Amino acid sequence: MKLLEVRNLSTHYVSSRGTRVTRAVDDVSLAVDEGETLGIVGESGSGKTTLALSLLRLLPPAARNVGGEIWFEGEDLLRISNAEMRRVRGKRIAMILQDPLASLNPLFTVGDQVAEPIRVHEGASRGSAWDRARELLRAVRIAAPEARVREYPHQLSGGMRQRVVGAIAISCGPRLLIADEPTTSLDLTIQAQYLRLLRDLQRDHGLAMIFITHNLGIVAKMCGHVAVMYAGRLVEAGPVARIFSSPAHPYTQALLESIPRMSDGRQRLTAIDGQPPDPVALPPGCAFHPRCPKVMDRCRVEAPPEFRVAEAQVSRCWLSG
Amino acid sequence: MNGSAANASPSRAAALTLAWRYASFRSEGFPVLPVLIIVVFVLTALFANVLAPHNPEVGTLGDRFHPPAWQDGGTGEHLLGTDHLGRDVLSRLIFGARVSLVVGFMAVIFAGILGTVLGILSGYLGGWVDQVIMRITDAWLALPALTFAIFLAAIVGPSAMNIVIILAAVYWTRYARVVRGEVLSLKEREFVRLAIVAGCSKRTIMRRHILPNVLNSTIVLATLMLGVVIVTEASLSFLGVGVPPPQPAWGLMLADGKKGLMAGYWWLTVLPGTCIMLLVLAANLLGDWLRVKLDPQLRQL
Repeated sequence: MKLLEVRNLSTHYVSSRGTRVTRAVDDVSLAVDEGETLGIVGESGSGKTTLALSLLRLLPPAARNVGGEIWFEGEDLLRISNAEMRRVRGKRIAMILQDPLASLNPLFTVGDQVAEPIRVHEGASRGSAWDRARELLRAVRIAAPEARVREYPHQLSGGMRQRVVGAIAISCGPRLLIADEPTTSLDLTIQAQYLRLLRDLQRDHGLAMIFITHNLGIVAKMCGHVAVMYAGRLVEAGPVARIFSSPAHPYTQALLESIPRMSDGRQRLTAIDGQPPDPVALPPGCAFHPRCPKVMDRCRVEAPPEFRVAEAQVSRCWLSG
Repeated sequence: MNGSAANASPSRAAALTLAWRYASFRSEGFPVLPVLIIVVFVLTALFANVLAPHNPEVGTLGDRFHPPAWQDGGTGEHLLGTDHLGRDVLSRLIFGARVSLVVGFMAVIFAGILGTVLGILSGYLGGWVDQVIMRITDAWLALPALTFAIFLAAIVGPSAMNIVIILAAVYWTRYARVVRGEVLSLKEREFVRLAIVAGCSKRTIMRRHILPNVLNSTIVLATLMLGVVIVTEASLSFLGVGVPPPQPAWGLMLADGKKGLMAGYWWLTVLPGTCIMLLVLAANLLGDWLRVKLDPQLRQL
């Protein structure tokens, strides 16, 4: 059984008068196995973050979940009560935010913050939660955890703060970790460290992970499966090796071609022509057709359904049909 | 002050600058003078029983309108003279400090608690809660504070405790406004989001993550409000709707003494007036210094 299975999820932003609807997440289906890493890639505004927030039911007030199912460990997260959902957050599904360095409250000690989810979810006493906090800090390889628990975030280096954030994420033994562009705010050397930390956590604790990024290099390094989003839709999904070697959707192909390569100095860096579409006024038919090099008449009028290209690889393109 | 310093010799200018800074009209130094003034007033209020030479509420009619000791007709018995009922002015000033400070501190604290709680609820919960609280705040702020306080005082009647409640009821809006603004920016911070995705309830987040982070602003505001509140208390007492008569409040002393001003009994108004001014000035200077120290927007690295 899949750990997480999202079926036809749609989340729309509705303007205050209800006149304009933005389809931030439109009919998205995906699945994650135990211990597997799924990468979600796409340009800014393609709906990646809204998708992640939909999974945790933490949508901003203007967003509405208009349909679909989110099956996690045998229950539909869209049908449980708010109180039950709160017990899922942090305990069974943990999330890591974009800026790990700003994720700690400057006024509390490290121990208090690592212990907080344990106390909230398991009602543990302060003492036993602190004992657990020390173990967790040791698990994320922070030296001298006995001393560190009593320190404040500003006393720690950037790398240690990341580890503390990692410790908070795994504090209640979640099954799934959602990382929403966890490395965009970091410089490259720290990025590599952080990715290694996440991978170690995943391996040591058997976590499944959803990794949201716009960096295909990170996807290649971290993920087993990848899903490509464009204008709120999932345009292609499959195992990383297949998608990178034989992408079926022209958008995926264009994305892969826009990665600079060191080996071939003569090749020009290609960019995708045009602009990402205005999410309020999506073009009719396939949303990618105005920028697609292989556009056909049919693409302009009719949106393509999901076609199965190969084992576990799907694509929303008429060429794949 | 700066003008004269510029013309003087360098060493004198430096000394003046130093004095200027120590008097804390500048933000860099710890405000020694204001803190000293407040400490003196607080100690006076605490030990009023010991310090006051006479009973502040009882006078001898035969000793009416004695001037201060250094003037002709003054006696060592009444260092700062006596009022129209023969009560010792120094003793009344000393006990008046107690009234001013107790009322001032309690009003500021009550208003602070009420305003902070409502500000946090308004800012964090948003939606209709925010609308309701902020519209009430707007309406409240539109009322002139003193008139509103007089109105409330007329309803509940004069007593020191009632004054505290009235002042808290009038001034909580300032806190609510400031705290709400602060919360609006705090709730977008990453650590609050982290608490949300970690499954904390709204109550936990407001208590553990929002409240400690707005306390700085609340404390600064409270210090600045202390002066305003003390002046308002004195005004209410002056107008006869504040602390009821035999009690020695500075505002009350001003009201009693103003008739004697034309007759040359200056000490009945100038002395309590000076006390009010010193205390309010000290509170404001301390508040300004705290604001520069604690407000991250004004803090220089």
